[in-house]
Amino acid sequence: MQVKAKFGVGVGIIVVSLSALAWMGARESKTYYHTIAELSSLDASELRQRIRVGGDVEAGSIQRMAGRVDFVIKAEGRTLPVSYVGRDLLPDTFRDGAQCLVEGRAMPDGRFVAEQVQAKCASKYEAAPGQDSTYSPQPGSDANGRS
Amino acid sequence: MDLFGSFTLLLAFLCSLYAIGGGIAGIWTRHPLLIKSARNAGFAICALVWLSISSLAYLFVTDNFAIAYVADHSNRTLPLFFKIAAIWSGQEGSLLFWSFILSLYVFSVLFTYRGKHPELMPYVNVVLAGVQAFFLMISVFVVNPFNVLGQPGAAGAMDFVARADGRGLNPLLQYFEMVIHPPMLYAGYTGFAIPFAFALAALLGRYPGEKWIHLTRRWTMIAWCFQTLGVMLGMHWAYVVLGWGGYWGWDPVENASMLPWLTGTAFLHSVMMQEKRGMMRVWNVWLVFITFLLTIFGTTMTRTGLVNSVHAFAQSPVEPWFYGFIGVAFVVCFAAYWRNRDYLRSDNRLDSLASRESSFLFNNLILLVSCVAVLSGTLFPVLSRWLQGKEISVGAPFFNKVNIPIGLFLLFLTGVGPLLAWRKTSPASLRRNFGWPALLSLLAGIVGVALGLRNFYVIVCLILCVFVTLTILLEFYRGARVISARTSSNIFSSVVQLTMRNTRRYGGYVVHFGIVLIFAGFSGAAFNQDKQMDMPVGAQMEIGPYKLVHQTFDSTPSTNYTSERATIAVDHDGRQTIMLYPERRFYPSNEESGTLVAVYSTLKEDLYVVYAGRSPESGVPVIHVYLNPLVKWVWLGGMVVVWGTILALVPSRQPALALARSAEAVSAPPSPSPAHLPIERRESHD
Repeated sequence: MQVKAKFGVGVGIIVVSLSALAWMGARESKTYYHTIAELSSLDASELRQRIRVGGDVEAGSIQRMAGRVDFVIKAEGRTLPVSYVGRDLLPDTFRDGAQCLVEGRAMPDGRFVAEQVQAKCASKYEAAPGQDSTYSPQPGSDANGRS
Repeated sequence: MDLFGSFTLLLAFLCSLYAIGGGIAGIWTRHPLLIKSARNAGFAICALVWLSISSLAYLFVTDNFAIAYVADHSNRTLPLFFKIAAIWSGQEGSLLFWSFILSLYVFSVLFTYRGKHPELMPYVNVVLAGVQAFFLMISVFVVNPFNVLGQPGAAGAMDFVARADGRGLNPLLQYFEMVIHPPMLYAGYTGFAIPFAFALAALLGRYPGEKWIHLTRRWTMIAWCFQTLGVMLGMHWAYVVLGWGGYWGWDPVENASMLPWLTGTAFLHSVMMQEKRGMMRVWNVWLVFITFLLTIFGTTMTRTGLVNSVHAFAQSPVEPWFYGFIGVAFVVCFAAYWRNRDYLRSDNRLDSLASRESSFLFNNLILLVSCVAVLSGTLFPVLSRWLQGKEISVGAPFFNKVNIPIGLFLLFLTGVGPLLAWRKTSPASLRRNFGWPALLSLLAGIVGVALGLRNFYVIVCLILCVFVTLTILLEFYRGARVISARTSSNIFSSVVQLTMRNTRRYGGYVVHFGIVLIFAGFSGAAFNQDKQMDMPVGAQMEIGPYKLVHQTFDSTPSTNYTSERATIAVDHDGRQTIMLYPERRFYPSNEESGTLVAVYSTLKEDLYVVYAGRSPESGVPVIHVYLNPLVKWVWLGGMVVVWGTILALVPSRQPALALARSAEAVSAPPSPSPAHLPIERRESHD
């Protein structure tokens, strides 16, 4: 019985301390996923969180400047101006019409400052393995058609 | 050939249905012919799957772009090697490939135990056929790789032209590691189906004793070995191909491959409790059930869009089928457990905290906590959507915060566990086994701090690495000294003799040593540096002790791609050391590009050079350099782990010296019940 109790205490300490670490880690790295439409309805505290937004890069909107790339993403008829300020070069798949996921913070003026950008080329995305209807347009992802 | 392929696939599916139905009827009626026919159906499934995958291979090799799957994943200019690899590069083919690897295991199991264990094998056959039936059903009805290309797509003619040559294999997959990584990982994933089948079979048939554990130990180790190899190869691929300077990013699919590895590792350890002490029966059965379910879950994550990931494919028609299968499998497992739970009672209880049993319990607990943490972190977006209606994801800090302490605690147990006695360890034995290692490792920690180490986890890791290495060396040394005294052979040949006499134990130590090396490598990540610069030809960059000079830049077309390549001369402390050629390839057939990282790797550190592309403003090549200490140790450790596992799989040689003492052990058959014997020998050793 005594051994069991000791073992129980050991287990308790481990589980509690790891849960605490997990909670801290989660708080530090939580990222909220929002659609562009949702961004406008968030309150101030929610806007301060780390946010991830998805959309398609609007054709002709990419402007490359020193230290920053500006572009516009759109989804469900809404648009969002984005400034990418990260250090890494944008991936090759990032171009007009690409599906992209930007991560960063929303600014009060409505611009989104992204530290990370992931992109999938729209045409390749449709041909991605795993879709048996490869040659018929995929619902949701074909807004831009093929490049 | 496509007709032949899909026909054999369909036949294989029908055979699996027969193997299930006939097998259950055979168990019910105890009719020997029925049981035999079900087993033969099991063989037939395997043969048919082999025929089917061979015909898919044939279609790829002969560039048959009338087949949708071939047109999508291959093209004419692809080298033969990658054409074969393209078989498992997409969903349809990789699911067939799953069935193929599983059928290799099933065939080996059925063949090895043909005519043996008549009470157990019919159940095993039914369970394995059930798993095969599921995957074959998906391949036949949902994502058949033999589908002929249909009408031209919505985009019309352009697509049609592309298809005359095939779209080509994703360039990220055109690397040797990526060719062998999926087969290894699948061999790991599917391999856990074997212990699962035996556990479920033993439970359903109320098969007495720990026989299923003895029977499956080797199979579990084989699966675990492949899983380890698969995960390591995936890490290495991510490191040299993705070009972000790291090897583990807590991506959902990486996590998916790690989950069954964690529970599988827990299972490999906790079965020893059952073998030696008859404890933890319920736990073991559930561990192997969960491991199997996690392998299916891992496949689901890779194959469906449950969580956004760089690997995961978009929405897929197989998703509901996989959830269905996981659900059915869980219900079957739970029902089998509930009906037969009385058969799983423990023989013994925990005697002391300082015992082998308790170290195993902590090992299991901590592996499971890690598994739960990784799983919940991976599914955080899904869970938060359910619970809060918001999609929230967590990143690397979450996983690192939890898993670094867990990893270090496991490392500690790696050193301590194997040297604790069963039941209870005396303080004297603690001092004898751990005194010197503890002292010396603390000393190493102090030296480390004196030399300027300040990161707490790195210091702990250093102490533990030294500690575990010393305990392992001490074990080898003590055993070898006894042998060398008796046989008057030198210490090195005694080490070999010692290892071969108990491969399981000493192979295990080798695996543990490999884990130490891996942890040493991980700790290097605390000191990573990187630097990115626009580097026109002639420019220089300095990082750590290295100086890089960009000498030439060239752009060359090749059959399959066009490449841009920088030539960079590297000086180390002023000495000309090596030329590196970081490169980027552009593949016109599918408009994608791939990075070829150039790495100068030494035991001390990796100089990792990426040509990141041209700067958008100036068109000047951008070079990103990482200096990653100790990465090579991770790969070395991985090799040592695999090597140790293979060593542990080799049957032990009976010691000539111990003949007199354990005569009865020699006369008895080696594998079944004298499982108690090695413990007695071991306890006398402590």
